[in-house]
Amino acid sequence: MKKIIELKNISKAFDGEGVLNDISLYINDNEFITLLGPSGCGKTTLLRMIGGFEHPDKGDILFLGERINDVPPHKRHVNTVFQKYALFPHLNVFENVAFPLRECKVPKDEINKKVNEILGLVMLGNFAGRSVTSLSGGQQQRVAIARALISHPRVLLLDEPLGALDLKLRKDMQQELKKIQQSTGITFVFVTHDQEEALSMSDTIVVLNEGKIQQIGTPADIYNEPDNAFVADFIGESNIIDGVMLENYKVSFSGHTFECLDKGFAANEPVDVVVRPEDVDIVAPEKGMLSGTVTQVTFMGVHNEIIVDIGGFKWMIQTTDSVNVDEHIGISLDPDAIHIMKKSKYSGMFGDYSSYSNELDELADAGGEE
Amino acid sequence: MNKHKKGGAFLPLAPYSLWSVLFIVVPLIFVAYYAFTDEAFRFTTENITRFFTATSNIQAEDGTMQEVRTYLVIFGRSLKLAVISTFICLLMGYPMAYIMARAKERTQKILVTLIMIPMWMNFLIRTYAWMTILQDTGIINNILGFFGIQPIHIIGTETAVIIGMVYDYFPYMILPIYSIMAKMDTKLLEAARDLGCNSFGVLRRVIFPLSLPGVISGITMVLIPSISTFYISQKLGNGKFFLIGDAIEGQYIANNLHFAAAIAFILMVILLVCMGVVKYFTSKTYGGE
Ligand SMILES: Nc1ncnc2c1ncn2[C@@H]1O[C@H](COP(=O)(O)OP(=O)(O)O)[C@@H](O)[C@H]1O
Ligand SMILES: [Mg+2]
Repeated sequence: MKKIIELKNISKAFDGEGVLNDISLYINDNEFITLLGPSGCGKTTLLRMIGGFEHPDKGDILFLGERINDVPPHKRHVNTVFQKYALFPHLNVFENVAFPLRECKVPKDEINKKVNEILGLVMLGNFAGRSVTSLSGGQQQRVAIARALISHPRVLLLDEPLGALDLKLRKDMQQELKKIQQSTGITFVFVTHDQEEALSMSDTIVVLNEGKIQQIGTPADIYNEPDNAFVADFIGESNIIDGVMLENYKVSFSGHTFECLDKGFAANEPVDVVVRPEDVDIVAPEKGMLSGTVTQVTFMGVHNEIIVDIGGFKWMIQTTDSVNVDEHIGISLDPDAIHIMKKSKYSGMFGDYSSYSNELDELADAGGEE
Repeated sequence: MNKHKKGGAFLPLAPYSLWSVLFIVVPLIFVAYYAFTDEAFRFTTENITRFFTATSNIQAEDGTMQEVRTYLVIFGRSLKLAVISTFICLLMGYPMAYIMARAKERTQKILVTLIMIPMWMNFLIRTYAWMTILQDTGIINNILGFFGIQPIHIIGTETAVIIGMVYDYFPYMILPIYSIMAKMDTKLLEAARDLGCNSFGVLRRVIFPLSLPGVISGITMVLIPSISTFYISQKLGNGKFFLIGDAIEGQYIANNLHFAAAIAFILMVILLVCMGVVKYFTSKTYGGE
């Protein structure tokens, strides 16, 4: 695969505050890559650097192998779909979309043809003459995408493009964007703080936190084999338990020794153990590898989400079995349900559901972003 | 957006409405009333026709005497000086507003204050200051003399009047343009760059069209007072350039209140029509605003 963009050891500080810290990353041609991370981790800054609106303090940006640090935005083969669309209010839908073509003095007939074609693609065929201020959020979104695509950039940058849409529309647009990406073959660099969105759309996910890359991989890699406690916690729910790697394929935690599929750690190396809530089997207490008391049961529709106190550590388990609060249950873990991670600075910060409350979580999710 | 707020919005506006009725609407009605009546307050259109038909003889440049329509000539002269001054204000104000809006926040505040400081000073004093600057033995000529350059004669010329107008009304041009540029969404400028515009393209295709409402209000706010000014032309033009404002003042002092009102009324109608036309065309082009 061809590398279209390479970032080499990029660092950036605003007013002495480090925002990006030694970021190295390459982006393959035609791929859908997502920058995923919590609000404030530097996603927008990184995207703006690729677009040419910010300059790295250190490091290089390469486009097809050529250094483009000093190439201004209008000379980069990269277009952006801005966070709040940034449509030109003095131009109608047609003229917004035609904007880049008029700049390159494309003949009139060709402009007409191309604009109408792309408005069709984003399903705004009948809106050409409308004022952009009269459009709904979803429609403005499509205009922004059409405008960014019409000059056939090599790379399209999208900064939380679906953030302002309601859930239903968001899901539809996710599908549509993915379709557009596949049909045009343009490389998409997509920014989001929504892990589900990232998992469902991307070929590659780059997880960022505090201006550092935490992990790069396919959605399955990131989900199944997180590199550290931050990634494990940020991508889906995880129980993260202190453990000790006894030898290859043998890990001990919560007072029990488990078989696992991981190797390559030093003997008796302290590690973080990740167990996804859906990978835990509930069994009778005497048959369990571990046992504990159910402290909370939440009905989630398809499954129950239960919190179980096992030796003082609270686990989250998703099960279709029906259990009751105060019930004593056993749990059993298959070797492939266990994932071992090296200790990191995030060890001990995540993955314990002691103070967990569903409602609080939802409140935090809703209030977390603008 | 909500142009049609009703009920609740009226109450806070009440003092303002009262104020504007008392000090704007009522005087305007009086002006119209005086314009269309004679000394005995009987209806007449005499005053209005006089504006268009009164003639006088002036010496043309080749020395011959010519009969001209007095007030139309005066109006034409006022319009010419006002348009030139407005144009100069725009030419200087637009780039300056653009640069200001792009400066650091602190710099912006300082510049706005600097532009407004002269406005805190009395208008007459400012004009007097320009007299001492522009006089044949004034500051400019002293400086020129210091460098051994021949003195130049400015005071009493159209140039002096234009300098005075530009100086006095410049803030009214730059401030509306600056304020619209300062609050322009920088994302729009970035989007334009992203879509292939260089700096000039961004200015031409995005900043300029979006700043037009500011330009229009700047032009209005400079053109109207400069078309009706009288003091500047008297002091800096040495009374040689009789303007429409001078005419109104002169008639008023001579106690021809009805004719003074008629001139004022005609001036007002002409300006209103001009503004209406401009507004119509801008709202047609930029429907969103
Ligand atoms: N122009 C700027 N000046 C100062 N600080 C900035 C600027 N842009 C971003 N930052 C800071 O950099 C950090 C990362 O911002 P950003 O890249 O927007 O994060 P994200 O998009 O992941 O939410 C934030 O703390 C933000 O306040
Ligand atoms: Mg952001």
